[in-house]
Amino acid sequence: MTEMTGAEMVIEALADQGVEHIFGYPGGAVLPIYDALFQSQDRVRHILVRHEQGAVHAAEGYARSTGKVGCVLVTSGPGATNAVTGLTDALCDSIPLVVITGQVPTHLIGNDAFQECDTVGITRPCTKYNYLVKTIDDLPRALHEAFHIASSGRPGPVVVDIPKDIQFAKGTYSKPKEFQHKGYKPRLKGDPDRIKQAVEMMAAAKRPLFYTGGGVVNSGPAASEHLRELVKLTGFPITSTLMGLGAFPAADPQWLGMLGMHGTWEANWSMHDCDLMICIGARFDDRITGRLDAFSPGSTKIHVDIDPSSINKNVKVDLPIVGDCAHVLEEMLRAWRANSTKPDKQALAAWWDQIAKWRAKKSLAYRGSNDIIKPQYAIQRLFELTKDRDTYITTEVGQHQMWAAQFYQFQEPNRWMTSGGLGTMGYGLPASVGVQLAHPDSLVIDIAGEASVMMTMQEISTAVQYDLPVKIFIINNKYMGMVRQWQELLHGGRYSHSYSEALPDFVKLAEAYHAHGIRCERPADLDGKILEMIEVKRPVIFDCVVDPTENCFPMIPSGRAHNEMLLGDASVSVEDAVTEAGKMLV
Amino acid sequence: MNTSTSHYPSAAVSERVETRTLCVLVDNEPGVLARVIGLFAGRGYNIDSLTVSETEHEKHLSRITIVTRGTPMVLEQIKNQLDRLVPVHRVVDVTTAGPAIQRELAMVKVRGKDEHRMEALRLADAFRARVIDATTESFVFEITGASEKIESFIALMLPIGLVEVSRTGVVAIARGPEGM
Repeated sequence: MTEMTGAEMVIEALADQGVEHIFGYPGGAVLPIYDALFQSQDRVRHILVRHEQGAVHAAEGYARSTGKVGCVLVTSGPGATNAVTGLTDALCDSIPLVVITGQVPTHLIGNDAFQECDTVGITRPCTKYNYLVKTIDDLPRALHEAFHIASSGRPGPVVVDIPKDIQFAKGTYSKPKEFQHKGYKPRLKGDPDRIKQAVEMMAAAKRPLFYTGGGVVNSGPAASEHLRELVKLTGFPITSTLMGLGAFPAADPQWLGMLGMHGTWEANWSMHDCDLMICIGARFDDRITGRLDAFSPGSTKIHVDIDPSSINKNVKVDLPIVGDCAHVLEEMLRAWRANSTKPDKQALAAWWDQIAKWRAKKSLAYRGSNDIIKPQYAIQRLFELTKDRDTYITTEVGQHQMWAAQFYQFQEPNRWMTSGGLGTMGYGLPASVGVQLAHPDSLVIDIAGEASVMMTMQEISTAVQYDLPVKIFIINNKYMGMVRQWQELLHGGRYSHSYSEALPDFVKLAEAYHAHGIRCERPADLDGKILEMIEVKRPVIFDCVVDPTENCFPMIPSGRAHNEMLLGDASVSVEDAVTEAGKMLV
Repeated sequence: MNTSTSHYPSAAVSERVETRTLCVLVDNEPGVLARVIGLFAGRGYNIDSLTVSETEHEKHLSRITIVTRGTPMVLEQIKNQLDRLVPVHRVVDVTTAGPAIQRELAMVKVRGKDEHRMEALRLADAFRARVIDATTESFVFEITGASEKIESFIALMLPIGLVEVSRTGVVAIARGPEGM
């Protein structure tokens, strides 16, 4: 029990929670906390961003690459409203964050005071929980509860809104012992009978498929290990959502690639034709299911999820198991081994034969070029030249994001940071700042689009200030590529406002920020320049000028089913499985 | 929305819509009602009726009774979405959980003279409604019962001279010795 001010309590609680870094931006209503930070001689290291949205995305990158809670400190009014996009992003992708916002003094709340906004009202639907702390006595509990709620169960962002007079007020602080929230108790252990039943269904399956998602990554490294073991033990094929990439190694022969709107032919056809779908930590999002009434019509579905509200939301499942992925997977392994369960080898062999035929389609194939850099080629080369290093990848949102998901082969979880649910352009650069801060000696690359990266470009200044050598690898096609692709395929080629007529010179822009700029326009120069990018121990903006008309395939168009995918013209038709000259097949 | 140019799946084929009464036990803290109502508004669920009051003062627990409509899948979602709100302790669907009693209280103001007054009193008696205010030209009746009973009473008062109605909305409790 120590007497201190509310502002000091904030620092004390952060330190007690083991927080090492906090991303933020000062302002009138948080000045007491910034003062306490100063006087504590940065017990918690503060990273000054250039815009509050950047602070939240940086904290997301930090959280997703470490498994820890990401922390943010911003002021009232515009500070809080600028954080809203990041909060919503973190809610959609289940990223644990604690965001502390300043508020006008309690007697001015509701008075339309300067820089006042109804922060808890605005952030109620985009946080897992939020607090407006109106007395100093509530502050220590609110701060510690915030960390507990953010990181337990299905993780998510929590806002603690602290009026300025509470920051000045004096109270007693004590570090709480292990506490139990009176109402909030997420269920972690799956029902043992259902797990047993799931294993029996797996043993009897003829055409089984694992469909995994971000929940496996969020559950922690043990979940990925158990998943790998279970997939090996059963011999079943596995696909994953965008958010789940890396939980299972992409180099493994049982890996079918990502599924969904831009997933591989083999992953989507397997989803459509399987007789048993084992969904683990994924949520049947509309990017995955396509047309609901034609979604995997013949399969029995097992769904493991920590959040009961994810179950039967879009797709009715036959066997729901509410629980943490790591725990349920471990129990599935135990049950499988205890009964010396054997899968139906003969049926499985026939299923793999069928999958081999789908794979032969080479749905990720594209036409190569010696004159112009194909975006897929750029990402392939980036992968080849960085795969043996300790690499983390973030992305923005659009075509480049899908190509990164398709062509960058992730072998480990927590290496892939992308905005999946909300699809926030401008996520990748600030996220890379957060990742680099957590992993100072690793290679951190933001695979970006030139349109997305302009939304939060100012954060390169943060990277320079803190000497964070992030690599911003811009796939520059001068278009909002995914918008352009949809306009080409679905809106009669009417390219309404999807072309950026006045782009900056990214090399000069890098120099203006005291970063390092590289431009690459020819395929022959690509490897050398990527190596240069890796060698430069400073933030780099890499302007990779690519074919502006390339489209992202395969693609499930417009509310269609998995078996109605569109392929690029370089893919192999079933009748013609021979490689044609000039085709670059992957 | 033209499905051929949308990149979202089309709406599911509509299923049978059912009405349910949910009892929700919550921490009585600032903003808790906004969380519940915001959930319904944000996710496009219906609220036919909603009542709320603190029921356990020492524990600061409030009980919210919500009458809602939806397909079975949506109703399951509503229950699960409510259940995962941090201040929510329990959600019980009293329509399906077992036999339950549902009641509503209404105050009904009727204005009229002579034969209309007599008729109003006779009907009130039949419905076991009590007079809680009277002037020479008006009555306020208090009536308690299932929503259908209150609806019929109001319908009968309409031609007699109905002025206004104030209703609490439905409250519900399970029959038998067990608590929620």
